[in-house]
Amino acid sequence: MTNEALQSLISSWIPDLEFSEEESQFLNITVTPEHLHQLMKDLKTNKETSFDYLFCLSGVDWQPELGVVYHLESTTHRHMLVVKVKTADRENPTIDSVCDIWKTAEFHEREVFDFFGITFNNHPNLKRLFLTEEWEGFPLRKDYEDEINMVIK
Amino acid sequence: METTAVKSNFKSEEYFINMGPQHPATHGVLRLLLTIDGEIIKKVEPDLGYIHRSIEKMCERDSYQQIVHLTDRMDYLSSHINNEAVCLTVENALQLEIPDRVQVIRTILSELTRIASHCLWWGVMGMDVGALTTYFYGFRDREMINDIFEETCGARLTMNYNIPGGLMFDIHPNFVKRTKEFITHFKTKLPEYDTLLTGNIIFQKRTKGVGILSKEDAISFGASGPVGRASGYSCDVRKHHPYSAYDRVTFNEALKTEGDTFARYQVRIQEMWESMAIIEQLIDNIPEGEHKVATNAVIKLPKGEFYQKVETARGELGVYIISTGTKNPYRVKFRSPGFSNLSLLNHIAVGGKIGDLVASMATLDLVIPDIDR
Amino acid sequence: MNISLSITETIQDWLITMMPEGVASILAMTLVALIYLAIFAVAGLYLVLLERKVAAWFQLRIGPNRVGYWGLFQTMADALKLVSKELTGTVKADKFLYNLAPYFVIISSLMALAVFPFTQEFQAFDINIGIFFLIAISSIGVIGILLGGWSSNNKFALIGAMRSGVQTISYELSVGLSLLTMIVITGTLQLSEIVEVQKHGWLILQGHVPAIIAFMVYMIAGTAETNRAPFDMVEAESELGAGFHTEYSGMKFAYFFLAEFINMFIIAAIATTVFFGAWLSPFGITESLPWLGIFWFLGKTLLLVFLMMWFRWTFPRLRVDQLLTLEWKYLLPINLVNIVIMAIIVWLNLTIKF
Repeated sequence: MTNEALQSLISSWIPDLEFSEEESQFLNITVTPEHLHQLMKDLKTNKETSFDYLFCLSGVDWQPELGVVYHLESTTHRHMLVVKVKTADRENPTIDSVCDIWKTAEFHEREVFDFFGITFNNHPNLKRLFLTEEWEGFPLRKDYEDEINMVIK
Repeated sequence: METTAVKSNFKSEEYFINMGPQHPATHGVLRLLLTIDGEIIKKVEPDLGYIHRSIEKMCERDSYQQIVHLTDRMDYLSSHINNEAVCLTVENALQLEIPDRVQVIRTILSELTRIASHCLWWGVMGMDVGALTTYFYGFRDREMINDIFEETCGARLTMNYNIPGGLMFDIHPNFVKRTKEFITHFKTKLPEYDTLLTGNIIFQKRTKGVGILSKEDAISFGASGPVGRASGYSCDVRKHHPYSAYDRVTFNEALKTEGDTFARYQVRIQEMWESMAIIEQLIDNIPEGEHKVATNAVIKLPKGEFYQKVETARGELGVYIISTGTKNPYRVKFRSPGFSNLSLLNHIAVGGKIGDLVASMATLDLVIPDIDR
Repeated sequence: MNISLSITETIQDWLITMMPEGVASILAMTLVALIYLAIFAVAGLYLVLLERKVAAWFQLRIGPNRVGYWGLFQTMADALKLVSKELTGTVKADKFLYNLAPYFVIISSLMALAVFPFTQEFQAFDINIGIFFLIAISSIGVIGILLGGWSSNNKFALIGAMRSGVQTISYELSVGLSLLTMIVITGTLQLSEIVEVQKHGWLILQGHVPAIIAFMVYMIAGTAETNRAPFDMVEAESELGAGFHTEYSGMKFAYFFLAEFINMFIIAAIATTVFFGAWLSPFGITESLPWLGIFWFLGKTLLLVFLMMWFRWTFPRLRVDQLLTLEWKYLLPINLVNIVIMAIIVWLNLTIKF
């Protein structure tokens, strides 16, 4: 499916989605945290899109928003899509988990939780993956400071 | 699997066992928290981070040339392919025309890296199921490749031969000759692998029907590389999203449908044959030309997001760079194959014995720095 | 050649000339024990060296070659290193059993050596229940392994020990039954008489088909008895770290290690005695030189030891349930049927005798 066809199809499901193809080789969809899970479920289950392969899940600190970027691919149609979700709440950012849709998200979401402090609702086992439980702060956030271990230029 | 069902009225107690971070089967510093009932695995929970260096954070302060050498330290057995991934991302972002010569050399080296990595894996796989001799056979052949690498770029493991724009320097005059020598040598030695291990009845009993991963689960868990292909899931990035010179060679994607440990084993053996075929097609026709194109001393990527996936020896490596137009990337994310492959370990190991866990883990071919990044 | 090699008698006769009989016989026993201990401690070390050389040949390596000519003193140096090492232990270990375990293992394997007829005369302890004694002694070693694994307060060690218990108990049956198959021919348990019977052809020829089956079963079960690859579930390096001896170091570890090699020698020596005519030379070519028997005995034994090393360096390890399946579903029924066949063959006088 071409990006245009995808855009027209997906935009009919949920309102207030932002589509963009600028500055990226994929079609980007920005979605609000409330609609994320619904959109993802549709993207996976819909026969025409069937994005069954979540190949990359990255946390990003956009300053001031925190967000997650999902790279999706369909193994049947071989088209790709990027879904972005952002939240302005830096104190207690919360996003719905997608591990019930793609099992790989379980580990990737734990990684994002570990480094960005984004909490995922309905995650079966959300705890630190790489860092120790008592680690303070979230290292991959842009405002993280560690005077001992970080070489700051 | 020949396991007897334990009757429900038979009460037994589960216990925890700490496998790793120092354990022969975890190949590094992976720690597995096993919940076991007798010998039967009930739950596997990986505990990571023992060698996490936060490469992604380090990348944010480094220039694009500097990032390349950090990737050596991720999956050190596919260091050349990792370098290539970053270089391709930067080159695509800058829209550089890469000379054919560079592309062909990169492809040959990538395939040599893949064979070297699989040789090591094969040796270690044998060791994990208790056949210690395989290790030395695997290393004998891997050594020849390492010698080629050493002559080409001075390093045997962490090569750092790629730079954004091409290669650091041209290949050694002996490169073609020695690569051909290796191919002739390895063609006689690879059947030896089969006679030593593949055909062994104990080995087949240990691996067939063990750690079964269905195609749906493979896709859902984001499995890639030989792990995905053994489950019948066609996921070869070289086929579906060709890069470098992969669009001008013909090779078969090694596919199996069983999804068990033995299938994963066979896929890797098959991949070594395919890699040799790819090298043979290219080695005689390395085009003449420059070994790099000039780039600015300070590379500044245009504002935007760039993603490049490549096929390392372990599977799909993704490089995701967000650039704000400065000389440093704003955010770099490495989607490492080992991380996703590890996440399915619990799924395939539960219900098996400790020995099955070790055998399945061996065919996931985990490299811990790749998972911990 | 009238060199008497019956060492117990020689020493005892010599001692009686000097002191009363009771003291002399006790002293003689102690002396013989010490001689055996010295011989087999060194022999064990050289078996380790042989294993390492064989492994090297299989693995495209050279093996130890630095200490002494051809690495001949390598294992001596290793033993010295192990003696001088610190004896570590876990905090909550059952200290008494933890320290006792290695001795159980090493003593039981050294005891078994007493009954072998190295030549016609060179046999320390020729009892009329020789084979029975060997089978009984060889099952004591596992107690040491169980104790060691249990008392060291380590879960890996415990799993290893439990596997060892399961494995040895199962495979003892096969070892015993396959030897019993041969006893049907000889009609005696005394090792010297078993050799005597073989002057009319080695038992593996006398018993032909069932004897060959019994030999194969014996070698498989024997390898399992010594906990060596492909049956090294007990140590299973890639699964359990080092298995039951994870928490042992220094000389205590060395006892376990040495016992494994002596056990391997014992298994091969039993096979030599029961199947291949012990010290008898092929076709009686050196019958006039009885002291050459030791050469034939060791030659045959080492050949079988090499066979076991060959197994170890070429086979992967079995899984624990496959190990038990092999024993209870295949080896044991084969063995039972084999005994019946052997009995029929002996009854109908179908054995081959020269």
